[in-house]
Amino acid sequence: MNIIVCIKQVPDPEHAKMDAESGTVVREGVELMVNPFDLYAIEEGLRLKEKMGGEVVAISMGPPQAEAALREVIGMGVDRAVLLTSRDFAGADTWATSYTLAKACEKIGNYDIIICGKQAIDGDTAQVGPGIAAQLSIPQITFVRKIDEISEKNIKAERLVEGGYEVISSPLPLLITVVKEINEPRLPTLKGRLNAKKAEIAHWGPEDIGADKDKIGMNGSPTKVDEIFTPDLSKDGKIFNIDQLDEAAEEIVKKQKEMGLI
Amino acid sequence: MGIRVIKDKCTGCGICFKVCQYGAISMPEEVHTLANGKEVKKLAVIDLGKCTLCGECVKPCPTSAIELKAETHKFEGKENYKDVMVFAEQRRDELEEAALELVGKGRELAGKLGVNLYALLLGKDLKGKPEKLIAHGADKVIVVADDSLFNFLPEPYTNILIEIIKKYKPSIFLAPSTTQGRALLSRTAGKIYTGLTADCTGLDVDAEGNLLQTRPAFGGSIKARILTPNMRPQMATVRPKVFKVLDEDLNRKGEAIEEEISSELLRSTTKFEKWIEDTTSAISIEDADIIISGGRGLGCSDNFKILFELAEILGGAVGASRPTVDEGWIPYSHQVGQTGKTVGPKMYIAVGISGAIQHLEGMRSSDFIIAINKDPDAPIFKVADVGIVGDLFEVVPALKEKLKRAING
Repeated sequence: MNIIVCIKQVPDPEHAKMDAESGTVVREGVELMVNPFDLYAIEEGLRLKEKMGGEVVAISMGPPQAEAALREVIGMGVDRAVLLTSRDFAGADTWATSYTLAKACEKIGNYDIIICGKQAIDGDTAQVGPGIAAQLSIPQITFVRKIDEISEKNIKAERLVEGGYEVISSPLPLLITVVKEINEPRLPTLKGRLNAKKAEIAHWGPEDIGADKDKIGMNGSPTKVDEIFTPDLSKDGKIFNIDQLDEAAEEIVKKQKEMGLI
Repeated sequence: MGIRVIKDKCTGCGICFKVCQYGAISMPEEVHTLANGKEVKKLAVIDLGKCTLCGECVKPCPTSAIELKAETHKFEGKENYKDVMVFAEQRRDELEEAALELVGKGRELAGKLGVNLYALLLGKDLKGKPEKLIAHGADKVIVVADDSLFNFLPEPYTNILIEIIKKYKPSIFLAPSTTQGRALLSRTAGKIYTGLTADCTGLDVDAEGNLLQTRPAFGGSIKARILTPNMRPQMATVRPKVFKVLDEDLNRKGEAIEEEISSELLRSTTKFEKWIEDTTSAISIEDADIIISGGRGLGCSDNFKILFELAEILGGAVGASRPTVDEGWIPYSHQVGQTGKTVGPKMYIAVGISGAIQHLEGMRSSDFIIAINKDPDAPIFKVADVGIVGDLFEVVPALKEKLKRAING
């Protein structure tokens, strides 16, 4: 089974704290990490390989420093990794990102399943996975919490949706996005870390994947960021102690009535 | 395309250096000679190998010294795209509240633009629903009814949406940012090559008919305003519970249009096998107006029952912080926060949750936040409208009794 997992390097929120005075989020230093949901995607890819045989290829689009993210997942057991990196890819929105990753999947070719995390924690869009499936015209099952059955030809999986689960079956090849509930990602092994250090990571640019220059990066992105602002998040809330529960309850009920909750 | 620092404007203040999340800006201490002969100690330098062109540094620069430019695409026939259309999401033939919220917001946008508001309704048995959408603000309801559309499947839903877009040419298309809305619009925008903005919490239009889409990013620590200046339709998913449902007006006039769709477009590679309802709580956290969430302070799995009792009285759902899910005290479907669900109910009650940034990012768009924690310095109190400092095992039962009495009159 040929498995492709798409990952993204994101800023580590552990290094973000709320500034009590300004109420804005401030970051202390810049630490980057593998998007947490992508680790579940990698783990599921590795489990499928262990069960079905084959190969797991990890791909990522980003600046050269995103190589660190790919090395981390090689440490977990990924067979090989490709970094899509070029100035021309920079500033891509979800459409241009989906297009670029889909082009890379086509170039790798012969895939049975493409796995993505449900969303990246920086943008929180959940748009790139289905976007890749659209570009490749393959079926998609998003928000997968469990793969019930898989064979060389078919898959049956559970999607986590509002209020419950949907059981969906599909022929392969297809793309799935996974939620945290699906597994517990393994840690890199010592041997894996050594492999990761030595591993050659291919760098591909637009020409390597046959991408249309008009459809990548900032130029190829239909959406444009017009403005970014930092909201003030702190509130001058009322703080009560245990002896003031009557006042606290009164405040809550007053608000509930205002909001039409009672 | 590209980003650059306009050296004559840069004062070396370092604000851009602080906001860059990718470590792409440095402030080397060098003497630079500028065109006008002036010398400054520091200048911002952007490392193009690290910069992702995210644009976060552009606005904070006090002297507008950072320039970010992109070439723009031409889109033929943009002027033919006029109306506003919303996706009237249903689940198993039940119209979602979010559909009515979008009709309400869509009404406002269509009014400003002086165009029609369409609602697109897909399902099996849709009797009475077009009338309901019209009563809440829609001018025209496009109805596609087929047994196979009872459950959401990405391929047929996408095929239909593309057909409808081709025929009706809406300038704006909105859907709720639910699992259904996100899967549908991502696939559709991918196929037709247009812009899609996820999970908007603010929407407006400008004089040129551009949709001004505001959305939180980096878990809400920043907000971005996004445009789709050239492609049409301008697509967005919209966070449920942000926009208000308009009062029902049964005298409103509107039109239901039934569309025939060829059976070829209804074909799906994926097959819907079955629906399994999550029975651990009566209301799911995405649908709840009130969420009562528990954290590590609860101590063990059994103590979640205190929250379920409170939820029953208030008519709310029970949420959870990540550590309680990791400990196996409660299923993942209850997890609020960065690796769980992002929620924005009217009222959020955090019990025994200290307020790690990852949790705050999943709930701070809630309208009214109540925090109960024994540690007065817990970060959760900073985002709370009402905070109660005390042992939750004393506070919650006492509060429950007081609220019960108040609610029952």
